[in-house]
Parts: sequence; structure tokens; C-alpha cells
Amino acid sequence: MEMLLEGFGTALTPTNLLYAVLGVLLGTAVGVLPGIGPAMTVALLLPVTYNVSPSSALILFAGIYYGGMYGGSTTSILLNTPGESSSVITALEGNKMAKAGRAAQALATAAIGSFVAGTIGTVLLVVLAPRVADVVVTLGAPSYFALMALALFAVTAVLGASKLRGFISLFLGLAIALVGTTTGQPRLTFGRPELADGIDVVVVAVAIFAIGEALWVAAHLRRRPLEVIPVGQPWMNREDWSRSWKPWLRGTAYGFPFGALPAGGAETPTLLSYITEKKLSKRPEEFGKGAIEGVAGPEAANNASAAGTLMSLLAIGLPTTATATIILLAMQSYGIQPGPQLFDAEPELVWGLLASLFVANTLLLVVNLPLAPVWARLLQIPRPYLYAGILFFASLGAYSVNFDAFDLGLLLVFGLLGLTMRRFGLPVLPLIIGVILGPRLETTLAEALAISQGDLSTLVGEPVAVVVYIVMALLLVGSIVGPRLRRTAPAHEDEEEKVDVR
Amino acid sequence: MTIVVAYSPDEYGRAALRAGADEARVRDEDLVLLNATRGDALVDPRFASDEHIVEVQDALQEQGLTAHVRHEVVPDIAAALVDVAREVGASRVVVGVRHRSPVGKALLGSVAQRVILDAPCAVLAVKP
Repeated sequence: MEMLLEGFGTALTPTNLLYAVLGVLLGTAVGVLPGIGPAMTVALLLPVTYNVSPSSALILFAGIYYGGMYGGSTTSILLNTPGESSSVITALEGNKMAKAGRAAQALATAAIGSFVAGTIGTVLLVVLAPRVADVVVTLGAPSYFALMALALFAVTAVLGASKLRGFISLFLGLAIALVGTTTGQPRLTFGRPELADGIDVVVVAVAIFAIGEALWVAAHLRRRPLEVIPVGQPWMNREDWSRSWKPWLRGTAYGFPFGALPAGGAETPTLLSYITEKKLSKRPEEFGKGAIEGVAGPEAANNASAAGTLMSLLAIGLPTTATATIILLAMQSYGIQPGPQLFDAEPELVWGLLASLFVANTLLLVVNLPLAPVWARLLQIPRPYLYAGILFFASLGAYSVNFDAFDLGLLLVFGLLGLTMRRFGLPVLPLIIGVILGPRLETTLAEALAISQGDLSTLVGEPVAVVVYIVMALLLVGSIVGPRLRRTAPAHEDEEEKVDVR
Repeated sequence: MTIVVAYSPDEYGRAALRAGADEARVRDEDLVLLNATRGDALVDPRFASDEHIVEVQDALQEQGLTAHVRHEVVPDIAAALVDVAREVGASRVVVGVRHRSPVGKALLGSVAQRVILDAPCAVLAVKP
């Protein structure tokens, strides 16, 4: 508690407060715009880490992350086009509500639900993260190796529509991570001295997220504009409140643990929350026609999952979403290793960050509730202007890594890879996580084998590692058997199929 | 002969439509409405909804005017307007013009200005 108060001291300095405001504004803006997400934004902003203090940069990035979760709902509700993958479910009921003239209530329950869930999630984060870190710190290299393998496996096999596509993406990422001479002999360097130090992850991340998306949009530039539903000030009446508060809490209960799991993300808990609300609702007939519960639950779930994601990032050092991966990258560029030691090594940074999450959450409510119609106007920006700016920052960011034109060439190559992946529906998250965790996986494995002097049985020598491998096996079985079971079940949950946007 | 109106669902488009309809009645000619967007933004408030187009068409019909509506996504709105004018052999093109500050004039192109310069026929520029 004392630590948290000190954290507020860090978070409420004028500079950091400014960064928090900047973060939530940017985050909401990119959340509103489909195709541009918090992961891309944080990747583009990685060069700021050269000039800004670690705590300010992380406060900025956390603000963007939380803001993206808020902003995505606005587009889902008003346009039926989810701004973020975490808001896909919100569009189901939210857009129906908006069409029925209840856009204001949908926006209000989304914003207030996000605030409630974000606050509860952050409290849970503050309470649980140090304890989890204390447990994780006792784990040896074999357990840590198993946990990382689980994260890679789960992100690849559990999320997304196609396991084959997921694994293609993952192995592309791991292959990129191999480039370099870390082991003494050159791997995949093609004799180029520039590749001897490996490919900078910043270049890969910026290329895949920003260049890939920009090329994709350029290839699909002219589209019939969508019709946005006009909306006034978001508000709710007494009935909306009484129908919303339980879904908020249940959504939080789904979102936080799923976010914290290595296979977390916001997609699964939002879907589960939607299904639960549909089952528990006293008015199931309203579902599909604009039920407020179907907006309140998933919106709470996605914000709570953002808090959960930060828990596994800070306490275990495992990123589970694209944005968390890029935040991990930012920490590494400061020489900070996230993980169990973080709470002892960098208390000021961690508690400042945690406190700033409360600040960001409150700011977001203030910024979003009255300003939703203003945010919707961002959608009128012609995309050429938007993407010209993104390309500029992407090139700047890639060049500033080593001040070497070779990186710009790499940026282009990986940008084309990003475009190809979008074209063929390969998910980008496994690739990015593979690039980041690949080298750490290798180091941990080497460490474990060095301690055991090359004895492979050490990998299953710790109880935690064994449990993790069993979980992986169950996930594998579940992900093979699960879809078959679902196929034989009556096809009433057809929303489930639609959930996998690209 | 035909009168081409650059239409958008705002005061400028409505002003152009009013003037175009008057012109069509006086000269006893048909109307062609063009409502186009470049389609490069996700939302374009100047691109009318399908329902709105039907409403406009019905209203014109009640006034006894024959109107065709072109409702399109085009790379360049001014060029598209000039092309339509050439294609239908227009006798008049009607555009709504808006006020622009000096800075706005310097920074932004003007559809109306390019139509006035490029159109194959007389252009009627109206203010709301």
C-alpha cells in the first residue's frame, strides 16, 4: 500500500501526468481507427524511449494500451466495424442498440463498464502481481522454459481460426529470431555483417504492424464509405444501470484471469462474457436486437483483460498480447528485464506504472464519456494522410535503431512479409511473440542444460514444468477435439464463427 | 440536353440541387445528380445514404422532374463530374461553393474551381 502511494507520487508529477494524458488520447484515437491499434502505435513510438525516462515512457504506453480498449468500442457501436479485435463482440449488440436509437446508452455502458473493470482489474493487479512474482522468482530455468513454451504454444494454437496458419506465423518469427551470431557461429546471416548482431526486433515489429498494414490499406484504398450512426451525449437511465452492473462485474471476472494467462488476450473472455450474459439474461429475446448486457459484459471483459495481461508481463515477464509484447520490447531497450525480479529491482518504475494505470483509467472515463461524438469524427480522416504519417514514423523509427540504411531495407522486406501475411490470413501475434521470446527461450534452455551438464531430463525435473507440459498437452487435445465437438453440437452459436476477424 | 448537379447531403449540395431544379424547369431539361466520394476515409458525411438518395429522387419526381442519380466511388470528384457532363452532353453544371479562408485556399484544392475551369459547358456556382 505504501509502495502504491509512492507510485502515485511518481505518476502524478506534471511530466508523467502529461504523458498519461497524451497516452490515453493517442490510445483512444488509434482504438477508434480500425486497422491502427495500440500495438502499432507503441511500436511506432519506440524511438521515444531514447529520450524519455523509463517510467514516463511506460506510463505513455500503458495509457495507449488502456485507451485502445476504450476507443475500439466506439467504432464497434457506431459503425459496426470493430476498431480492435477485442471489440468484435461489442459490435454484435452495440451496433444493434445504436440502430435502435440507443447509441448513447451503448457508449455509456461501454465507457463506464470499461472504467469499472479497468479499476477492479488494476486493483487485482496491484494485489496479485507482487505475490505472483514472489512465486515465480523461485522457479528454475526448466520451469521458465516450459512457461515460455506454453505461452508460444497457447498463443499459436488456441487463438485464431487456423492452427496451421498460427504455426506458420510462429515459426517465421522464431526463424527471424535465429538470425545472428549469438551462439558463436553465424546463423541465417547470409554473410552480411549487418546481420551479425541479429535483426532488431523494433524493425520487425514496426514493419509487420505499420508497413504491412499501410500496404494492405493501400491495396484496398477505395471503399464505399460506411454509414456512421449519429449520437449525442452518452447517458444511461436507472434501468440501464441496473441491467449493466452485473455484466460489468462478470465481465471483469472473465477478463482478468484470461488476460493473465499465457494464452490470454481479450478475444476469448469477451466471447465468454457475451455467451454468459445471453444465458443469464432475463430478456434473452433482446439479444441480437440490441441488449445492453451484451455490450456491458464484453466491454468490461476486454479492459479487465488488459490489466491481466500487464500482470503476466510484469510479474512473469511473459507477454500475451501484441501490445504487451511491444511494451516488453520497450522495457528491454532500457535494459530492464521484466519478470519476477522487477518488483525488487525497479520499485519506483513498477509502482509508478501501476499508479498511473488508475490515473489513466479515470482520465479515459473523463475523455470518453463526453467526447464520444468527437472521437467518431476521426473516422472522416482520409486514409492517405493517415498512412503517410504512419509510414514516415515507421521509417524514422527503423532508421533510428542503428542509423543504418540497411535497416530501412529490412523494414521494407518485413513490411512485404506483413502484407503477405494479411493477404493469406496469417495472424501476426505469433510471429511477434516468436521474435521476442525466441532468443529468451534459447538462453533459458542453454542455462538449464548448462546446469544439468547436458542432461535433457532436467527439463521435466521441476514440478511446475511438469504441470505446464500437462497443460500444454491438454490444450493440444482440447484444440483438436474441441472444434469437432462443437461441430456436432447444434449450430446455434453462429456468432462464434464470425468472431475470427482475419 | 441535361443539367448535371454536384450533390452532397449538406447545405451546399442542397443549394446546388435547388438551383439545378429551377434551371431544369425553366429550360425543360433532365437532371443528373452526381454524389461521389473518393472512398479513402472510413466515413464520408458528404456521401449520401441509399435511403437519402431515394428520398431526393422521390421529391424531384413530385416536382415533375426526371432525375438520374449517379452514386459512385471515384478517384477524383472534379474529374468525375466533368466526365459525367461530357458523357451526357450537359448544358449546365451546377456546383455549390463554400467559403474558404485564405489559409484554406492555399492548402486545400477546390472541386468547384476545377469544375469551373475544366467543364465543357457553362457552370453555375451557387452559394447556400
